[in-house]
Amino acid sequence: MEEGKLVNDKGIRVDGRKVDELRPIKLEAGVLNRADGSAYIEWGENKVLAAVYGPREAHPRHRQDPARALVQCRYNMAPFSVSDRKRPGPDRRSVEISKVVSEAFSHVVLRELFPRATVDVFMEVLQASAGTRCTALTVAAVALADAGIPMRDIIASCAFGKADGQVILDLDKEEDNEGQADVPIAIVPRTNEIVLLQMDGHITKEEFDSGLKMAVDACHRINEMQRDALRRRYAVTTDRHKAVKASSEGV
Amino acid sequence: MDVVSELLRDHIYKMAASGKRVDGRAPEEYREIKVRKGYAKNAEGSARINLGKTEVLVGVKMILGEPYPDRPKEGSIVTTMELIPMASPTFEAGPPRENAIELARVVDRGIRESKTVDLGKLCIIEGEKVWIIFIDIHALDYGGNLFDASSFGALAALTNAVVPASKINGEDYPLEVEHHPISITATKIQDVIVFDASLDEDRVADARLTVATDENGHIRAMQKGLKGSFTLDEVDYVVKTAKKLADEIRPKVVG
Repeated sequence: MEEGKLVNDKGIRVDGRKVDELRPIKLEAGVLNRADGSAYIEWGENKVLAAVYGPREAHPRHRQDPARALVQCRYNMAPFSVSDRKRPGPDRRSVEISKVVSEAFSHVVLRELFPRATVDVFMEVLQASAGTRCTALTVAAVALADAGIPMRDIIASCAFGKADGQVILDLDKEEDNEGQADVPIAIVPRTNEIVLLQMDGHITKEEFDSGLKMAVDACHRINEMQRDALRRRYAVTTDRHKAVKASSEGV
Repeated sequence: MDVVSELLRDHIYKMAASGKRVDGRAPEEYREIKVRKGYAKNAEGSARINLGKTEVLVGVKMILGEPYPDRPKEGSIVTTMELIPMASPTFEAGPPRENAIELARVVDRGIRESKTVDLGKLCIIEGEKVWIIFIDIHALDYGGNLFDASSFGALAALTNAVVPASKINGEDYPLEVEHHPISITATKIQDVIVFDASLDEDRVADARLTVATDENGHIRAMQKGLKGSFTLDEVDYVVKTAKKLADEIRPKVVG
């Protein structure tokens, strides 16, 4: 590959991916004991754990909504998740991410079923390597489903961007640092509604359109992985039921 | 605030009094310990620890800094603990409160007092530049006995750490770990003592005693916690047992 080039003439990126290819994703549901729902994801070099508690009483009480539940997300990075140690606690970036993710989930959670309550979603970034907010949102959606929170759909997230003048999907660390734009999105797969959209950098309208299409398609593939993780989690129980049933029938 | 029913309190005590535990363990028996070193690649050293249903992730970061004026030839170690709300419905977000601070300080003492790392070897330029080691403990799942899980994690992460000397035009090299302190925590429920408390045992505990011993059997740090008390005989028993258990556990943590 040519020195300093992120995408070569054949449309192949530094890590060997095509322009519309995701990094490898591994998703697992139900990984923690205490939480009501939980999930773990490895997305490229990102490692994120999500836990859901609730619906439970919201306090302080003045934050309660008499008509519906709150969805309160907390995105947090472990101090050792990045190469320069991050000071523990929320900074402006994590506060913003927590807010936009909370708003995205508020759109799909059937909040009116739980007036005055809160659904708390905790996302812990254990290892970061570009695209942690999409990774965190994707895994949190699985944790919400694992907690049995009623939702209209399991939302999925992924980013597109631009590097070397080319529109690419799911930027890795190098592409994020050197590229010209980064656009994380999240959608409701069933309806293709956009529930999260941020962007920094600069791209043309045409590039935005083609990138958005690419990212929406990718979100559908990610959604299939989310559903698969939940199936694997609960298939275990089903198999056990089958075994119990078979043994009782055998007697 | 964690609410525990009198029924549970009674049940655990009655079992403990007859030498039994709710999860079937013997009084001095530890839960299964799983150690995964090098889990977090952006850390200089890391370890993910499972102690039964408790899970912690410990990362070691090393940064360049100035030495303390009264110790110009030494680097330093800073231990922090975050009881993040992910790990338990009773943990809340925000700056560390007294429980997290006590935990971090007990782990810190075990590491520091046993001279696990020779601070003199962290000096780069006397009075100017030293390595500062951050041991950040992240509780992921609270299933009882965070003290020991955290201290196992801290030691395991240190034994896994690589000094990033390439940042100062040197070559990276493994951090030298000179001693291997293992902390053992005894929990007293009324007049009965058990080791490695489970979540329910932790919740009904009256007193707690943590004892860190090194590979020579020397006591390196101790901490008594909670509102109850220990008799002199009980302290003697806990220290003796801690030494014995530490020797069994050390190879699993150090690897």
